[in-house]
Amino acid sequence: MSNECKVDCGRRRLVVATAAVGGVGAVAALVPFVSSMLPSERAKAAGAPVEVDISKLEPGQMMTVEWRGKPVWILHRNQEMLETLPKLDGEMADPKSDKKMQPDYAKNGTRSIKPEILVTVGICTHLGCSPSSKFKKGADEGMSADWLGGFLCPCHGSTFDFAGRVYKAKPAPDNLEVPPHYYVADNRILIGEDKKGA
Amino acid sequence: MKKILIALLFAPLMAFAAGGSVHLDKWPGSVSDKPALQNGAKLFVNYCLNCHGASYLRYNKLTELGLTEQQIKDNLMFTAEKIGEPMRIAARAGEQKQWFGAAPPDLTVIARARGSADGSGADWLYTYLRQFYRDETRPTGWNNVIFENVGMPHILWELQGEQVLNKDRKLELAVPGKLPPKEYDQAVSDLVGFMVWMGEPMQEQRKQLGWIVLAFLAVLFVFAYKLKKEYWKDIK
Amino acid sequence: MANTNFEKYKSDGSLQGNVLEWVDARFPLTASIKGHLTEYYAPKNFNFWYFFGSLALLVLVIQIVTGIFLVMHYKPDASLNADGVPVAFASVEYIMRDVPWGWMIRYMHSTGASAFFIVVYLHMFRGLMYGSYRKPRELTWLFGVGIFLCLMGEAFFGYLLPWGQMSFWGAQVIVNLFSAIPFVGEPLSIWLRGDFVIGDATLNRFFSFHVIAFPLVIIGLIAAHILALHETGSNNPDGVEIKAKKDDKGIPLDGIPFHPYYTVKDIVGVVVFLMVFSAIMFFSPEGGGYFLERPNFYPADPLKTPPHIAPVWYFTPFYSILRAVVWPIFGIDAKFWGVVAMGASVVIFAFLPWLDRSPVKSIRYRGPIYKAFLTLFVISFFILGYLGTQSPSYWGEKISQLCSLIYFGFFLLMPWYSKVDKYRPAPDRVTK
Repeated sequence: MSNECKVDCGRRRLVVATAAVGGVGAVAALVPFVSSMLPSERAKAAGAPVEVDISKLEPGQMMTVEWRGKPVWILHRNQEMLETLPKLDGEMADPKSDKKMQPDYAKNGTRSIKPEILVTVGICTHLGCSPSSKFKKGADEGMSADWLGGFLCPCHGSTFDFAGRVYKAKPAPDNLEVPPHYYVADNRILIGEDKKGA
Repeated sequence: MKKILIALLFAPLMAFAAGGSVHLDKWPGSVSDKPALQNGAKLFVNYCLNCHGASYLRYNKLTELGLTEQQIKDNLMFTAEKIGEPMRIAARAGEQKQWFGAAPPDLTVIARARGSADGSGADWLYTYLRQFYRDETRPTGWNNVIFENVGMPHILWELQGEQVLNKDRKLELAVPGKLPPKEYDQAVSDLVGFMVWMGEPMQEQRKQLGWIVLAFLAVLFVFAYKLKKEYWKDIK
Repeated sequence: MANTNFEKYKSDGSLQGNVLEWVDARFPLTASIKGHLTEYYAPKNFNFWYFFGSLALLVLVIQIVTGIFLVMHYKPDASLNADGVPVAFASVEYIMRDVPWGWMIRYMHSTGASAFFIVVYLHMFRGLMYGSYRKPRELTWLFGVGIFLCLMGEAFFGYLLPWGQMSFWGAQVIVNLFSAIPFVGEPLSIWLRGDFVIGDATLNRFFSFHVIAFPLVIIGLIAAHILALHETGSNNPDGVEIKAKKDDKGIPLDGIPFHPYYTVKDIVGVVVFLMVFSAIMFFSPEGGGYFLERPNFYPADPLKTPPHIAPVWYFTPFYSILRAVVWPIFGIDAKFWGVVAMGASVVIFAFLPWLDRSPVKSIRYRGPIYKAFLTLFVISFFILGYLGTQSPSYWGEKISQLCSLIYFGFFLLMPWYSKVDKYRPAPDRVTK
């Protein structure tokens, strides 16, 4: 009996040891297969932050850059545009930007880091159309006579002011989203990342 | 006995199969020489990327050559805005076809494509880029010893100078370039090194991993072999 | 030996036992394990040639698993992307560079393709040496020939997918072979391509064949191959039928349970194989230009044929036979007869069980004529394979014609030489 156990125990140990080594190999072999399903370099590159030079953006002008496949507007607001904002507080659905549609550093009257530069995702919060710019006051661009300038979503008529805030009683529920961004230099914005350590 | 038979039968086959080869100079560089690869990357971006894309290689991959993202952005990235973008040419392939008749090929894997029985792809590129000569009968004014009637002009001529074919059909340097011949060969070697690296940027990791895998399998072999011996003790 | 009446499991009252009894009442679990593993008796004298069957199964698993992951990233699309490169070609480089670990999965698959043929050729040679195709294993052999044919199809369709120059022109040449068939050839080849040249339609249907149709058929045939084998029991290097001598419990005297004895032995074979496989995959995935052909690093260009096209190495023996036929016969051109010869060179394996008239199975007891023919056959196969990788030449043509004759002679003369050849009587028990 004891003699038999000796043989069997040795054999058992060897089976367990071989299975253990083989198991380590099998698990290691799984790693490449599992990780091949993670986002590829292409996906990472497409989702990477975008650095934008705004030195040539004159007051009153807007530029559009692509970030994660979405249009991001950078609007250099002139004095006149900025002055419209406080006047419109009463007509806004969320005048104080209480809903979390912007990072904390953009939760202010102008919804921006620098008062004159608005950075916002140009996608209507209703059903995802991209609103068009209606910067001129009054009825020139087909708006009502008391229009102070802003954006109009062509799909269902939601309107936004120069801070991307949505007007009351419109289909869009929220203000336009302000993406994470920060100033790398005075005239260079990095869109897609909060400032490190901030 | 069988082996000798096979050897005897194969010997004449080998002999007549070996015709029609070209002599290629051996590429003297190495893919693990990081400073050389960096220099090669610079040459590639400045001379090749104007017409040829390397559209499967992303700029940020160049960090593996020991460059920082900032260095890449400042010194090498002229055809893209984002560091993750591939190394495209500024001109579109379609437009190039109008200018040149044929679009210059993408060069990302050219070093792998150019290998042959005569030598590696690196040897071919190293020889090719050093054997351009003046030939006024060609529309570009240039011809090449190992790539007859090549469509590409000698892009590196200001570095190498102008070679001509003499009476014995040997190359001679007629007009010296910015670099003395030795330095030119070195520059081409660096450029070729970069192209070899670019053809398979993971080739060094691949070999390192290979050693680890083989070492592991050797250990597993010991266990498997012992286990087999243990069980087969039973079989008389 | 499989699926005979094994008793169903009776629970000992433990939870594990109850579960097993429940399953056994509904599914032949115990019977399958016993019939195919623990009470499948294999001859105890297998030598190293008997590793290649289980290794073929291992390579199949590697190909299927890596294939599943490659399909996640590969795009069968012949149109040009913004950089002027075909999408399919670019997606392979995308796998090599952008997909995490994609390069390794792709190299496993490309090396696996060549490994599959190496292992299968050795497996087939084992069958030739020991007469494994002989009665009563004819069906096992026929299923095997079927697997080999499907494997060739699978490899051929898969080779188009990287959409490189060799992919394109290889497919072009092979599909054009069908146009050699009188009357229906031309419409047939257009139907196969779905276009007048190899194009996007061809790429998509080849993708479908490669990832769905052929793998399904291959798996089915392999199941049939193994079931047939386990019905008759395995052959062995002595060609002895071990079932002829049984002990009083009905167990063959020269048989040992497949599990654990041959499982532990096959593990050793698997580890050695994986070492060779890894050495190639990690240090020379291009296999010297034979496993990944260099011109295939150029994207497919329908306007420019590469200077020298050769099929991948595992097709070259048959390709040489195709090229060796250069004479028109019965007023039909040589191209047609070349195709016939090439097809025949593969299909002729299926007739082996009825061509061999030797009283013994194994080469160990056969006479000098068979040994000489088999040796010449193997040498011809190698030479044909080598010539198939080379550009056509005068001597190449003559030698390939001679080798083709030897190749077919091995089969067609077998009824004669296997009968007249000397032999030693085979023993009734296996030898060490």
